[in-house]
Parts: sequence; C-alpha cells; structure tokens
Amino acid sequence: MSEPNKDYSATELMICVAARLMQDGTTAFIGTGIPMLAAALAQKLYTPNLIAVFEFGGTGALLDELPLAVSEARTFHRAIAASGLSDIMEIAQRGFIDYGFIGGAQIDPYGNLNSTVIGSYDSPTTRLPGSGGANDVGSFSWHTIAIMRHDRRRFVPRCDFLTTPGYLTGPGAREDAGLPAGTGPLYVVTTLARLGFDRAASCRMTIDALFPGVTKQEVIDNTGFELLIPDHVPTLDLPTVEELRVLRDEIDPHRLYI
Amino acid sequence: MNVLDTGHGELIQPPDMDAFREWNRTHKSRKLEDKLMDEHEAIARFVTDGSYIGTELYGTVRAPMSLVREVVRQKPKNLRLAAQGALDLDLLLAGGQIDAIEIVYYGLEVYGVSHIFRRAVESGQVKRCVEWSNASFTWRLKAAAMGVPFLPVRSLLGTDTFKYSAAKVVEDPFTGSKVCLVPALVLDVSLIHVHRADRYGNAQIEGINGLAYDYARASKRVILSAEEIIDTDEIRRHPDRTVIPYYLVDAVVHAPYGSHPGETVYSYARDEEAIREWVNAAQTPESTAAYLDSYVYGVPDHAAYLERIGSARLDDLRRKAEAHR
Repeated sequence: MSEPNKDYSATELMICVAARLMQDGTTAFIGTGIPMLAAALAQKLYTPNLIAVFEFGGTGALLDELPLAVSEARTFHRAIAASGLSDIMEIAQRGFIDYGFIGGAQIDPYGNLNSTVIGSYDSPTTRLPGSGGANDVGSFSWHTIAIMRHDRRRFVPRCDFLTTPGYLTGPGAREDAGLPAGTGPLYVVTTLARLGFDRAASCRMTIDALFPGVTKQEVIDNTGFELLIPDHVPTLDLPTVEELRVLRDEIDPHRLYI
Repeated sequence: MNVLDTGHGELIQPPDMDAFREWNRTHKSRKLEDKLMDEHEAIARFVTDGSYIGTELYGTVRAPMSLVREVVRQKPKNLRLAAQGALDLDLLLAGGQIDAIEIVYYGLEVYGVSHIFRRAVESGQVKRCVEWSNASFTWRLKAAAMGVPFLPVRSLLGTDTFKYSAAKVVEDPFTGSKVCLVPALVLDVSLIHVHRADRYGNAQIEGINGLAYDYARASKRVILSAEEIIDTDEIRRHPDRTVIPYYLVDAVVHAPYGSHPGETVYSYARDEEAIREWVNAAQTPESTAAYLDSYVYGVPDHAAYLERIGSARLDDLRRKAEAHR
C-alpha cells in the first residue's frame, strides 16, 4: 500500500477496510449502500477481477461509477451478464457466491442482522425496509461480511427482529435450521474495528483488529454485549492517500455516502 | 409431508393452480389481437377494487410510473400489493388505496427509508403485512409461472423473516433434512414497463430483466407500458429478444418516459432532482398531498405529466443514458 493519510473519517476507513477484504477472482454479492463503495474501491485498486454480483441480474460490472440502486444501469455497466433476480438467487443457492456484503440496523453476538423493525413487529417504533435480498445473502453466501456503524444501539444482545441469519443461536444452529452447510458470517467491519467470529467453538463475535487510535475499551463501551477479546489484537493500517483520493474524487465525488 | 413449522403471516393470495389453469384457458386469448389502448382504459378495465397488484422492476428502475399514477387517479380501493421498490409503492400507499402489503424490500436505497411506508405502518393505517425475502418472493412467482402450488427453498430458515411470512418448514421426503416451502403467488394484475412492444403485447426488455419474466407468467392480467410501439416484423426478426409473449398480455400502453422520475436503461437516466423532490415531499402528509395534487391528480394523463416536466429536461436525461452503454 502507498503512504497513509491521517485526515480521514471513520466511514472512509470502514469502506477502505471492507475493500481490502475483497478477494480477486471471487464472486461477491454487493448490497445497496456502503458495500457498493467498498466494491468499487477494491475493483479500482486491489481486485480488478472481483466479480460484483447484484441481485437483480448484474454480474461482473465494471464499477466506474457508483450505483445508486441495486438494479440500475451502473450495476451491469460493461458487465459479463445481465439476467434477472431468479437467476442470481439460483446461482447463490447452488453455491456460486463466495462473499456476501450487507448492512443492517442491528447485529447480535452471533452476527444475526435486523433490517425489518425497531421495537415490536406489531407496533414498531421504526419500520425499516425489510429483508430484500439480505436474508438470502446471509443464507446462501459461503461467507457473509456485514458493514455497519458501531454503537450500542446497533450492537445489541438480541435483535428486535431477526431478518438475516448469522450463526442464529450458536454452533450447529444454521445446519439444524436447514440452512446450507459451511456458511455463515466471517467479519463485521465497523467504524471502530474489524470484528470476527469464534467459528471453531462458540460462534460469538470477537475483536479481530482495531482501527488506528481506537482502544479495546472503546470497542467494548460501544458494544451492547460481551465480545471475545484475544490477548493480542492487531491495529489496521490507516487509509492510504491513494484509497482516499479514489474514494473522494472518483467513487463518491458528490458525497452521497462519505 | 411432515410440517415442522409454519410462518404466522397471512397468506394474502392463496394459490389455486387449477383455477389459474382454467383462467388461462378461458380468459387469455391465443389470437393476435390489437391490445393498444390508453392508460385510462387499461387501468379502468383491469385494475378493480380488491385486486392484488405487482409492479416491476424496482422503484427508480424501469418501474411503470405512468400506469401507477393512473391507478392513483382512478382510486380503485382495497388493493393488495407485492412490495419491492419504493417510488411506485409510495404513490399507491400515499393515495390511500392499499389494504395489505407483502413486504420484500420497501426503501429508497440511497435516500434511506420511505417516510410514506413508515407512516402507514407505524400509525397502523396498513395492518396486514407479511414478510418475504427477494429469493423467496421471486420463487413464489416462479412456482406460479411453473403452474405448481409451491417450491422448496433454502432461505428464510431460522429467522423472524420466516416467522412473519406465510411459508412452512417441512421435512424433505427424499433426504429427511429441513427445507422451506413457499406458496405460489398468482397476481391479479402486473404492471410492467418495457422498452418495446408490438400492439399484440410481444415485448422486449434491454439490460437486466429483473422480475419481469416471472411477473408476466405469474399474473392473470398483464398491463404493459412501452417506451416504443414497434411493428410485429421487428419482433419476428429477433424472436430471441421476446421476454414477454403476447398471449400473457391484456393491454399495451404507449408511454415514452414511462418510468420517470426513474430510469429506463439505455433510453434515459434517473432524474435525480425529481426523485429528491418526491423524497422531500413525502416527509409530511401535507407536502405529500401537495405533490399528488401537482403531479398526479393535477394532470389528466401521462402526456400532460411529461409536458409539466418539460422536453429540455427529458432530452437531457436521454443524453445521460448514453453513458450507460
């Protein structure tokens, strides 16, 4: 990576950290919003052969411009294929999607996500959009990576509504429910840290790496449940000058997200 | 088959596949008949009180906005709605005509949650809501398109999305493992916007086809709006491009810029300013009503709507779409 830049926002670093998780030559389901910026950044700087898959039919778009909707023209700009929703979901269900990048309003210790309601279902304080493709991405992708802001309202012991499956109630629960074997959350990228999961044992969320200048205690204070904390937690690299230039000048020049 | 769990969402449109076959036998002509009509006639004839309707593609993308505005003008009551998208659904919901919603995704993506939807659900105005995901929803349409009463799927499992759906979990009779069954969804009326159609209803779509293929095959009535009406010779020259064949279609409406303020790929781009105008108007009931008075009730038809938007602005959107090739 090129030289670091200390003048950045937490959202920008969150996008950079997510972009660095993208793998060249893999398929990645790209949900609406922040995952689109991360995929565009990765494709421009690190993974030119990242196959971005958009649920309504775009496969392998060149993300020269930021899409504003998961079905709009930019999601299949100079793409490999333009099909439809059933085709993409069938591809996912039969095991062709390596990574799924999604967001959510709440997440619990097992990586279960809520994007349906805050409060009770029957009289919600906030009605959110609903699953869309999120439940399917969380069910079918080999690995799911959630990207979301880090605070106690979002990191909760139990989601008000379990929209999208993480590890559900713990080890073996996904398979017991009938979900495809060998799938589940891999990382959660936040505005404070990169979190992982203790996949070999409890399936609970762990602190995997900290953002520069962020302490373990800050992460703990902003999380509404107990995190697993390894003895040694590495610190992530700062955003590079190049990452920030591409993000600000090429991907989101109108500052819709950053 | 051993049923292990049942979602307690309402089955808003119970499937009856023999009735669907009989409908297709008696109500869907195999003759090449001229179905070209104006939007007023199409909506008046085929969208009735209580209809279960669906709109394609996705709010700001190739959504049948000119038809939706006409539905709002004619005010059929107690509609039931398959909800994926937003701009189109917002107008229907704001028009006060929706009784029940099957929710797949109802949001404005870059502009966040829908104020119209929030108000309707949080105030209790719409009480009948059922949850689905994109895959389970599209496969409900696929089941209907296949003429079968349900399909087995491997999502929804283990979640509240399942619990608030009308799906079931059963023991797979072949392997013994758990699988989710989703019921076929036969829509009363689909509203679909396409790039080109002939007057019989043979239709071509460019770019992704989203849900159009399955919607058209899962519906008792299909109303098409088309950017361009083309000669049947053109259809016959490229039969591989026919996404929707004529016998599925009941009405063809000529509607240039029919998805404005959203886009129709390669024809015109999103009108960001007009989308923001709606998003801002939607924030309060008063400004919502003013918007509807201005852009829906205040114009007699789509041609008058386009006049209000102005040709200079529409030409500009057409130029912007060139960049998407």
